[in-house]
Amino acid sequence: MTVESTAARKPRRSGAKRSTTARDTKKQPAGQTELVQLLTPEGERVEHPEYAIDPTPEELRGLYRDMVLTRRFDAEATTLQRQGELGLWASLLGQEAAQIGSGRALHDADYVFPTYREHGVAWCRGVDPTNLLGMFRGVNHGGWDPNSNNFHLYTIVIGSQTLHATGYAMGVAKDGADAAVLAYFGDGASSQGDVAESFTFSAVYNAPVVFFCQNNQWAISEPTEKQTRVPLYQRAQGFGFPGVRVDGNDVLACLAVTKAALERARTGQGPMLIEAFTYRMGAHTTSDDPTRYRSPEERELWETKDPILRLRTLLTREGLADDAYFADLERESDALAKRVRDAVRAMPDPEDMAMFEHIYADGHALVDEERAQFAEYQASFVTAEEGI
Amino acid sequence: MAAEKMSLSKAINASLRTALETDPKVLIMGEDVGKLGGVFRVTDGLQKDFGEDRVIDTPLAESGIVGTAIGLALRGYRPVVEIQFDGFVFPAYDQIVTQLAKMHARSLGKVKLPVVVRIPYGGGIGAVEHHSESPEALFAHVAGLKVVSPANASDAYWMLQQAIDSDDPVIYFEPKRRYHDKSEVDTAAIPGPLHAARVVRQGTDLTLAAYGPMVKVALDAAAAAAEEGKSIEVLDLRSMSPIDFDSVQRSVERTGRLVVVHEAPVFLGTGSEIAARITERCFYHLQAPVLRVGGFHSPYPPSRLEDEYLPGLDRVLDAVDRALAY
Repeated sequence: MTVESTAARKPRRSGAKRSTTARDTKKQPAGQTELVQLLTPEGERVEHPEYAIDPTPEELRGLYRDMVLTRRFDAEATTLQRQGELGLWASLLGQEAAQIGSGRALHDADYVFPTYREHGVAWCRGVDPTNLLGMFRGVNHGGWDPNSNNFHLYTIVIGSQTLHATGYAMGVAKDGADAAVLAYFGDGASSQGDVAESFTFSAVYNAPVVFFCQNNQWAISEPTEKQTRVPLYQRAQGFGFPGVRVDGNDVLACLAVTKAALERARTGQGPMLIEAFTYRMGAHTTSDDPTRYRSPEERELWETKDPILRLRTLLTREGLADDAYFADLERESDALAKRVRDAVRAMPDPEDMAMFEHIYADGHALVDEERAQFAEYQASFVTAEEGI
Repeated sequence: MAAEKMSLSKAINASLRTALETDPKVLIMGEDVGKLGGVFRVTDGLQKDFGEDRVIDTPLAESGIVGTAIGLALRGYRPVVEIQFDGFVFPAYDQIVTQLAKMHARSLGKVKLPVVVRIPYGGGIGAVEHHSESPEALFAHVAGLKVVSPANASDAYWMLQQAIDSDDPVIYFEPKRRYHDKSEVDTAAIPGPLHAARVVRQGTDLTLAAYGPMVKVALDAAAAAAEEGKSIEVLDLRSMSPIDFDSVQRSVERTGRLVVVHEAPVFLGTGSEIAARITERCFYHLQAPVLRVGGFHSPYPPSRLEDEYLPGLDRVLDAVDRALAY
C-alpha cells in the first residue's frame, strides 16, 4: 500500500508549472508524482494552472449535498443488506468525491457507462436511487431505462463496458453530436484486456470518450501493486492520449479535470484517461472481509482525507453554510434513507413467467415452447388445488 | 437485378452491399475488411464504394471489435462484424456471451442490439490450426443469440439480409469451403423465414439433417444411396438457434429414421440436441435410434488428417446403413 505524503496536502502557490508531490521524493513510490488537487484534506482551496474552476457558493453546497445524500443512501443499502433485504451491496463509501465530481461534470447529452459501484454518478444522472437496488435484491438485472438518463446499466464483468463506451463514442462522433462519453472502471479492471482494447480503439478512432478510473487501491483483496507497475494514469501515454491523476477525494479537482476532459472529447480532441486516486473505505462488497488483507491504520490514514469532511470544513470556514443548513440536510438524508428502505421492502418479486420475457427482440421458437410448457406445469398445481 | 448465378462469397458481398445501400446505419467492421476486402475477399470493394466510415478496418482485437460494435448498436447503428476465422472468435466470446446476448433481457427490452457476427467456419481447406473449427454449439447454447448458417449462395444472400434486419444479435456462420460454390440467387425474391429448415431432397426411407458445409455432403450421400435403391430425404436445417424441430419432426414422421450430420464434434453438439428432441417428439415413429455423424472429441487435427476427421460420403453412408439395418 502506498499513499501520497503529507506534502501533497500543502497548498501550492499559484502558477506552479505543474502539480507535484515530488518534494518528498524519499517517501514517494516511483511515478507517484502528479496529483491534481484543488481542495486539501484540511479544506483549503489550492490553485492549479491547468484545471481551475470557480464554483459559486450554491454549487459548492450542491456538491456537498450530493455527497452527503449519496453516502447516506449507500449506508442505508449496506444496512438493508445486513437485514437480509438485499443479497449483496457494493458500497461506494469513500469514493463520493470521485463520483459526484465527475458526475456533475457531465452535460445532459453525454452518456455514462458505469461499473456496479457508480451510485453517486447515477444520482447525478437523475436515476432514482431505489432503482439501483433491484439488481442487488435479485428482482432484476438493471431496473432503469439507460436511455432515459443516458446512464447505461451496471456492468458486472470487469472492464467490458469500456468497450461499449468506446463504440458508443465512435457513434457519437459519426453522428457529429455535441456530446462525450464517460466510462468508469477500477484499478482491478485496468488489468483486463478489454480496457487495453478500449484504449486502442478510442485512440485509433479519436473517439470522444473519457476513461475515469477510480483507483480505490484494492481489487477485492489485491492491491494496486498486483495490477500495475506504473501509475495507472501513465498508461494513457502509451496509447497516444493524455492521462492525469487527480485527488479522488477532492470533489473540486474531480469536477474540474472531468469537465476539461469531457470538453476536450466533445471538441474532437479524442480520449483522455483520468485516474482518481481514492480509497474504498469499506469492503469490496458486503461479502468481503477487508480485515483479512489490510490494516486498520491504513483506513485511519484515509479517514483523514475524507472527501465530505474537507468540503464541510471549507463551507463552514468560508461561512457558506450554517448549522441550519447542515441540520436541514440531515433531515433530508433521513427522509431519503426512509424512502429507500420502504421502496426496497415493497419491491415485488418478478412474476414466474418473467424469465421468458425479453430474451429476444424478435422471438425464438425454443423460448416460446419452454414458456408454454412451464405455464402448463404451473397451471397443473392450480388445477390440483381446485380439485381438492 | 433478378436471378443470377453467383458464388456463395459473392452473394454475401452482394448482400452486404444491399444492406449498406438500404440503411445508412449499417456498418461493416473487422480486421482487413477494407482495402484488402477481407482475407476471403468477401467484403471486396465495399470500402471503396462506401468509405472508411461505413466499412471500418479495425485493430487486431476481437473483443474490441465486438465490444465496440455493442456500443455502436447502443447508439443506433447496425454493425456487421467479421471475425476472420472460427478459432479467433474466442477472445470475443466473453463480449458475445456476457454482453451481446444478455443486454436485451437485462434491460427488460429497453436495449436492442442488432449486431451480426460473421464467422467463416469449418474445415476442408487445408488450413493451420484455429482456422477450421465449428463452434456453433457453443453459441447456440447461449440464450439471447441466434445462430444460422447458409449452405448455398441464395441463402447466403437472403439470410444475411434477414440477420441484419433482425433486432437480435445473430451469429452468422459462413461455410468457408463453400465460398466458391456457385448457385442461383434471386435478389428480387421473397425469402422464407430465417429460421425455417428446408427439404432439399425428398425421400421416404431416412432423413439426413445437415447444415452449412455438410448439406452438400448429405446431398451427395443421398444421391449415392439412391443408386443402391435407398430413398433419402435431405433437410437443410439453416438455423441452429432456434432449430426448426417442427420440420425435422414432419420429415421423421414420414421416414422413421434420422441421421444428423455436422462437422463439429458429436459430443454435446447440435446433433445431440436434435436426437434428444426428436426422440421425445417422434418416439413411436422412429424405427431406429437417431444417429449422429460429426467430428471427434479431439482438437481439430492437422490438415493432413482432416479428411478422416470430417464426415465424408463414406461415414455418412455408413450411418445411413446402420440406421436402415434396425
